[in-house]
Amino acid sequence: MRKILFVETKLHLRQWSTIVFTLGLPLALLLVLGGIPDLSKADPALDGQRMIDTQLPAQMTLLSVLTLACTVLPAVLVTYREQGVLRRMSTTPVAPGRLLAAQLIINLAIGTVSVVLLVVVGNLVRGVAIPKQLPGFALVFLLGSAALLALGLVIASVAPSGKAAPGIGSVVMFPLMFVSGMWIPREFMPDALRAVSDYSVAGPFAQALRDTWAGHAPQPLHLVVMAVGLLVFGGIAIRLFRWE
Amino acid sequence: MKVIEVRNLHKRYPNHVAVDDVSFEVSEGEIFGILGPNGAGKTTTVECVAGLRTPDRGTVRVTGIDPHQDRDALRRVLGAQLQSAALPDKIKVWEALDLYASFYPDPADWSELIERVGLGGNREERFAKLSGGQRQRLSIALALVGRPRVAVLDELTTGLDPQARRDTWQLVEQVRDSGVTIVLVTHFMEEAERLCDRVALIDAGRVVATDTPAGLIAQVGGAQRLRFRPTAPFSDDLLLALPEVSEVARTGEQVVVTGTGDLATSVMLTLARHEVVPADLRIEQATLDDAFLALTGRKLS
Repeated sequence: MRKILFVETKLHLRQWSTIVFTLGLPLALLLVLGGIPDLSKADPALDGQRMIDTQLPAQMTLLSVLTLACTVLPAVLVTYREQGVLRRMSTTPVAPGRLLAAQLIINLAIGTVSVVLLVVVGNLVRGVAIPKQLPGFALVFLLGSAALLALGLVIASVAPSGKAAPGIGSVVMFPLMFVSGMWIPREFMPDALRAVSDYSVAGPFAQALRDTWAGHAPQPLHLVVMAVGLLVFGGIAIRLFRWE
Repeated sequence: MKVIEVRNLHKRYPNHVAVDDVSFEVSEGEIFGILGPNGAGKTTTVECVAGLRTPDRGTVRVTGIDPHQDRDALRRVLGAQLQSAALPDKIKVWEALDLYASFYPDPADWSELIERVGLGGNREERFAKLSGGQRQRLSIALALVGRPRVAVLDELTTGLDPQARRDTWQLVEQVRDSGVTIVLVTHFMEEAERLCDRVALIDAGRVVATDTPAGLIAQVGGAQRLRFRPTAPFSDDLLLALPEVSEVARTGEQVVVTGTGDLATSVMLTLARHEVVPADLRIEQATLDDAFLALTGRKLS
């Protein structure tokens, strides 16, 4: 298993676009947007918070994880299925499930590197606070990422080809970004939209990241929605996943 | 001892019967060919042998192991190179072997294996950059890295140029000489004739015949044909008197003699005795293609 992880990690690192879009883009956006004076002013509509305090870094974290879950993970798995990588592996004593597990671990690890970069570089360059409720923040990050990666497995299960996977991924990803508050912070959302957001897995993920960043406890509803998302998506993926 | 025993194998897919009734046995150390046209059920048969599919009926044993019951034990004695089973584009040759070696309890020395399959100069090459022939060589190496007793090679040379095909054949013979029993699936009769000790001809999910390539050809009469231009006139009866000759035909200057057995020698000796030289001599022998045609009424390719 260690060797699979090692080799698959190397393969991921050779795919430079993965690194650019999951590590580079969210960090660059945080740094650039964080330099806009208006976003660094206290906003009464955000309870006196600045955009850069929690909204911006939490959304960038979500952008990174959503990119991994909706495009990177399905593209790799569907291509593996299409090219027969999984088929070849099933002729060896190692079950192809190991490859799946390795992919999940690697994507979670890339997401973790991304969030650490956002927190550390954001703190050093733009003065973004270190999450005040750190253990809660870590828990929310792992739970939310796991739920979204499970969604990625569902996409990988239903995508008919490696070419179709990124398209399906985008169709899933952009609405999730919208309801989670990427363009309209949740505070500004009409009630109906915020209610949708509360049950969208990505919405609770973003809000719980912001809550723990600011030092509050995450809302129980948000934790429950993420946990249910993980179970439901995971269950569907196990049902639908095809090796060939 | 029989390394592989397949009895009355039957496998149907939702829309059609892929394998109707297939039985064969493979002995230790032989190259056993499964030859038939596309869609005959060859791949499904070996997928059942390799434990990738569960047969609907019939028994399969590989070194005594039931592939369906004991997949783990099977995977330690059987290596497979399957159709449409590739590798990630960006993996390097040595990484693929290193990775696959880690799957087995007692793997072969993969750096030696790289040399053996002739990829010594391509260790650092990525899979996507390899030629078709190099990919097949890597495939064979991956099938062998677990030091299997049996290797299944499915459509090994499809899509390769003639030179790469010949190189791959040579490699397969080397593998057999190292003591590995080989099941070779192919729809090239030339490949089966050149490589296989015994061949099962499969058509429409059934075994039509199992024998050595020469035996199969002999079964259908093993007719040979000599074509030549005689330098001096002679009477047909001269040749028709020979027990090996069944027919003599003439078109223009050319004579075509059909017969069996040691046809060429006996015709040449007789002609020489009468001071006739057969110029532009061509000997045409029946092939597995002819055998398949005679047995099924259909062409192989």
